[in-house]
Amino acid sequence: MSGENRRGAHGDPHAHSSGIGAYLGVFAALMILTALTVWAAFQHLGVWNTPVALGVAVTKALLVAWIFMHLRGSPKLTIFVVSASILWLAFLILITASDYLTRSWLPIYAS
Amino acid sequence: MAEAHAVHGHAGPHDAPPELRHHFVDLPAQREASALGMWVFLVTEVLFFGGMFTAYAIYRAIYRTAFEEASNLLDIKLGAFNTAVLIMSSLTMALAVWASSQGKKNLIILFLILTILLGGAFLGVKVIEYKQKFDHHEVPGPHFAPLNEKTHQPLPPQSELFFSLYFCMTGLHALHMIIGIGLLTWLILKARRGVFTPRYNTPVDMVGLYWHFVDIVWIFLFPLLYLLGRHTL
Repeated sequence: MSGENRRGAHGDPHAHSSGIGAYLGVFAALMILTALTVWAAFQHLGVWNTPVALGVAVTKALLVAWIFMHLRGSPKLTIFVVSASILWLAFLILITASDYLTRSWLPIYAS
Repeated sequence: MAEAHAVHGHAGPHDAPPELRHHFVDLPAQREASALGMWVFLVTEVLFFGGMFTAYAIYRAIYRTAFEEASNLLDIKLGAFNTAVLIMSSLTMALAVWASSQGKKNLIILFLILTILLGGAFLGVKVIEYKQKFDHHEVPGPHFAPLNEKTHQPLPPQSELFFSLYFCMTGLHALHMIIGIGLLTWLILKARRGVFTPRYNTPVDMVGLYWHFVDIVWIFLFPLLYLLGRHTL
């Protein structure tokens, strides 16, 4: 498995040479998405303002990670490790929120 | 230790390159181990910042209107400008990594200097913003007394939580930028000595990962801190 991975993009010193076009494309996309998120913040989207802002931010982060940080073409192990960070961050936020944001459901806090 | 490596490097049976540590089979294996190690470090960084993002999410959910009013006191133009500056610095960093993979010494140095200049511009704008916050009594502490810019009424006391989180999160982010500029300076010194070749550019690649990660943190900080409730107030 590892022998196969070593011949992946990370092991090949010339793998980045085809990247300049992709870098400029990602740069343009990041700039457009930044303008989009500022514009969206001033629109009346009801409960959707925050999901839209976070959706744009996640898209930008994925673009940076996939192209600038070369996750594209990285060994599966690296992608697995990165995914683990998102899983644990989700645990951290969800379990904490499940405590704080449900306290008002209990009658003891109503008084 | 270093001597032992050198001896091994020059007298090895396969003519091993001097950059290769003896415990790796070949340079691609060494590079892959470095990348994985750097990513593991960045995972710990995700959870380091994640603690603050969690605190932010909880308090914002509880004190929604106070957070929206406080967020409106941040300068959206400076925030958006800094976002663009940081994205540009990520582009020049990616180009520096590309130049190092081609062994183009002068281009590496040029792109690294551009990255440092853009990082410096970001920090300069941050200094201006912090100065404004001190001038307007928006820094948590005994002199905390922010006023709503339109109604000139004092903000609810919970807005102090927002500004505490604002200074902790942007402060920790700025500290990462300062460390990043230090690392970039170190890379320039190495690049001037001609260390980086198409065969070996791992340090540029690893500092690149770090720099892009710091950019990603700001990509989340900008909408979460600057863009709350802009349509309502």
